[in-house]
This record gives sequence, structure tokens and C-alpha cells, in this order.
Amino acid sequence: MSGFEYILQQVINAVSLGSLYALVAVGLSIVFGVLKLTNFAHGDVMMVGAFTTVLLIGVGVPFIPALFGGIIASAIAGFLIERIAYRPVRNAPDVTRLLTSLAVTYILENVGILIFTSSPHNFPLPDSLNESWQLMGGAITFTNINILTLALTLLSLVGLGWFITKTTLGLGMRAASEDMSAAQLVGLDVNRLIVVAFIVASAFAGLAGVLWAAQAGVVQPQMGFTPLLKAFVAAIIGGFGSISGALVGGFMLGALEILIVAFLPDAITPYRDAIVFSLLIAFLLFRPGGLMQPNREIKL
Amino acid sequence: MSDPSKALFSVQNLEVRFGAVRALKGISLHVNKGEVVALLGANGAGKSTTLRSISGLSRPSSGDIFFAGQSISRVSSSQIVRLGIAHSPEGRRLFGSLTVAENLRLGSCTRTDKAGIIADTERMFALFPILRERHFQLAGTLSGGEQQQLALARALMAAPKLLLLDEPSLGVAPLLIKYIFAALTELKRQGMTMLLVEQNIKLALQLADRAYVLRTGAVALSGSSEELLSDDRVAQAYLGAA
Ligand SMILES: Nc1ncnc2c1ncn2[C@@H]1O[C@H](COP(=O)(O)OP(=O)(O)OP(=O)(O)O)[C@@H](O)[C@H]1O
Ligand SMILES: [Mg+2]
Repeated sequence: MSGFEYILQQVINAVSLGSLYALVAVGLSIVFGVLKLTNFAHGDVMMVGAFTTVLLIGVGVPFIPALFGGIIASAIAGFLIERIAYRPVRNAPDVTRLLTSLAVTYILENVGILIFTSSPHNFPLPDSLNESWQLMGGAITFTNINILTLALTLLSLVGLGWFITKTTLGLGMRAASEDMSAAQLVGLDVNRLIVVAFIVASAFAGLAGVLWAAQAGVVQPQMGFTPLLKAFVAAIIGGFGSISGALVGGFMLGALEILIVAFLPDAITPYRDAIVFSLLIAFLLFRPGGLMQPNREIKL
Repeated sequence: MSDPSKALFSVQNLEVRFGAVRALKGISLHVNKGEVVALLGANGAGKSTTLRSISGLSRPSSGDIFFAGQSISRVSSSQIVRLGIAHSPEGRRLFGSLTVAENLRLGSCTRTDKAGIIADTERMFALFPILRERHFQLAGTLSGGEQQQLALARALMAAPKLLLLDEPSLGVAPLLIKYIFAALTELKRQGMTMLLVEQNIKLALQLADRAYVLRTGAVALSGSSEELLSDDRVAQAYLGAA
């Protein structure tokens, strides 16, 4: 395999991983924007989407409709979490809200374990999506699920871009992220905006959850934990609360991880996550507003 | 002329607390239709708190607020805007990462009359031509004076029956202050009802028909602008509390 082909293959891997991080990070950032709350339950909303899709496929629903079923289930889960858990503590001190978010995580995970046990379940990806493509005489490989992931990521991000720049609801969501009181003064219905933000963010979590599980080939109740942590790093790199920042951060993190694994000496590879989380600490210490908002303070 | 019960807008014995602090200690005031009323007072007197509680951002611990014959002290902020009260807040509070056009659009978010919104946007451009030039620029990149014009225009885009203005001269260069007050005078001529908070007493009293002077959360003085312009006690109220 020539150097060029190897690099191209790694670029494909980086984009593929980065798009998953970006999808999760965007949702985290949307919720953080309007509530100034790190929604740890976001990873569990991914899990809800992934399990719903698995169950739907299990009863014979084709993959794409099952995927949408998963997205809808996640959106409903996000809606309920906001209504039942977060709304009552909306004006409570930050510590209370943070603990509430952790509590929701534990509850959802344990309900998941009760229903599905904590052992991994096979993700029944249809064979057509596992089919792989070989380019340049087999030097470059990617599967249909890779292509689908990228296509759905791009499609959903374009849709989100349209929503937050062209619709009053989307503009209102950004306005509320920036200045909640000012948003109220122009007459935006803040309750409604927060509900919409949760639904949109959770739908993104659902999409990410299904694609993540499909690529990994397994689902389990704690599956949201790693992507949540990674997306958190991505969101901080980009500037927490900024949607474009989350995107940039997601793809950068994907690229960085592939870089570490593919291009640095093998001895360093096991330290991939350590490097990633060191980067998180470095950002929090020296550039807490991330790349996009250099002067902003951030609080968890 | 000044019968509170017939006024478009009135505040009665309004009390607002922040924990143990009584920021407003039972103030009463009213604004008639077509009138411009100034609300004066030193730093911390409670002017912004009065406006914020009118807009539903702070809830009164006692007393009531009436607009067009209806109590609004329990009504949501967005509903208050819908009823016809717009608020241009202290420090402008624009959405800095949104464009001028998007800020104006959100100013009209409570309205559904598309033609009216387009006509009002044009009116804003006539009143503040710089906003047309800066249409696609981010609000955060505007100068203080330009931002203040946008803040006024954003509030006016709600097509209010009562406009609350909190220190429209704050952080604005002197030349532009004149310009902004000329625009407010034009709005008054067109019949806009306004409640104006302003540190610049002279400018405020030149524009206003009447004024109230707050001192540590209570109305210390009130009267017509001519009376107050020549009253030494107005200046004293400013010296009194800091
Ligand atoms: N959110 C708040 N929490 C606690 N105290 C507050 C709050 N907002 C206002 N206050 C207090 O209420 C009092 C009145 O404040 P307010 O902002 O209404 O004054 P102001 O007349 O607008 O002053 P300025 O001219 O400085 O704008 C002050 O003592 C202030 O410290
Ligand atoms: Mg004030």
C-alpha cells in the first residue's frame, strides 16, 4: 500500500469518526446553549435511540424506517427528561442542576440494564449496509454504513443550519443561548424554545446513537458513555454552547484520534484517550471558551 | 389630564424584593396614551427594576401593574409583549452573534402580520438609515451608538403601544445621543407612548411631558417637565443616594 493511499484511508476514517463526534457534540451544545447545563443524560438518549432501532429491526422493520423510529424515540426521551427532571430545577443552583443531570443518567442506564442486561447485544445491521467498497485495488476500504453515516450527518447538519439561520424558532434558540432575558424581552416564549432545543438535540443524539451502534456492531446500556465524553471534549474545543464550534471540534477530535492511532509510533497508541483528555484539561485551563469564543467563561 | 384610573398604563404600590432588599418600596405612577413620561433618579434608585417588573422579568411582592385596563403583574413576558409593551433594556442587550436583520426579525417575533412587519422594517430604516447599511453585519460588531439604534428599532418592531426605554444614551457618543433623542422626538410626534429612564436629566425633561423622580425605591418627586426642570430638588435626589 502506497503512502498516499494510506493517508486517504485515514482521512476517510477521520471524517467517519469525526462526523459521529460532531453529531453528539452538536446536541450537547444546543442544550448547553439554552440551559447552561451539561446534559450528561445525552449519552443515554443515544442509547434509547439505538435500542429502539434494534427492537424495530427485530420485529421486521427495515433499517431506514427503524433508524427514524430510533430518532423519534430519542426525541421523545429528551422531551420527557426536560419536562420531568430539568424543568423543576431550572432556576436552582448549578450544583443541583448538575446532580439532576447525573441522576437522570444513572436512572436511564439502570433502566436499560434492567430491560436489556448490561451485556452487549448484536446490532442487526442488514448485510447490504455491511457491504464494503474497495478502491485503488483494495488499498482503500469503506462500507455502505460509512457512506450512510456521512450522508446522514451532512444532511442533518445542513437541515440544522437551515433551522438556526432561517426560522424564527431557530434564531430564537440562538438568541436565548446568548441572552435569556433579552430573548424574553423581545417576546420569545422561553419554555417553548427550551422544549424545542431538547427535542432537536435529542433527535441528533438518536441519530448518532444508531449510527454509532451500527458501526460498532453492538448495543449496550452504557454505550453512550464514551461518545458523550468525547463529544464533551469536542464541544469544549469548539467553544461550549456554539453549534458551529461543536461541529469543528467534533471533526478535529476525530482527525486527532486517527492521527494518533495511524501516524504516531505504536507505543503511543494506547495513550490515545489520555492525550485527548489532556487536551480537554489544557483547553479548560488556557482557553475555556474554546476556539470559537476565546473570551468566554464556561461552567459545567 | 392625569387621572390614573383612565391611564393607558399604571403601576400601583409596586413593591419588588431581592431577598431581604426592598428595591421598590411601593411606587405608583401612570402614563397616559400619547404621553412621554421620564423616570429619573440616582444609580440604584430602582428605575431598571421598575421597567423589568413591568416586562415580567422581576415579579412584584405586592402591588399591581395595569395596562389597557388589565392587570399584567402575573402575565408572562412574551404575553406582555403581545399585549403591546416593548422594552429596550439597559445596556442594549442585543443578540451580538446575530445580524442586524436577524435582531430586527426577532423584535417582530410576536407578530403575524407579514405586510406590517415589512412596512415597519422599512420605517426603521427610514428612522435609522445606518441599520440598512449594516443589515447583514453582526450586531456585536456595531458601535455603541449603532447598537443603541438597533436596540430601539428591535423594540419598535414589536409595534408596541407603550415603549419602555432604559438609558438610551448609555455608552453612546455625544453626537449620536442628540441623533437618538431626535429620533425619539419624532416617535413622540407620531404619537408613541413612552416611559423613559435616563441619567441625562436635561435631555429627558426636554423630551418628556411629565416625570417621576425615584429615590431609594420610592417616588420622591413628580410633576410636569417644566416644573421639574426648575426644581432644585431634582438635582438633590441625584446627590442623595448613590
Ligand atoms: N437581580 C438583583 N438582585 C439583587 N439586587 C438587585 C437586583 N437587581 C437590582 N438590585 C438592587 O435593586 C436596587 C435598584 O436597582 P436598579 O438596577 O433598579 O437601579 P437603577 O435605578 O436602574 O440604577 P442605575 O441608574 O445604576 O441603572 C439596587 O440597590 C440594586 O442593587
Ligand atoms: Mg438601571
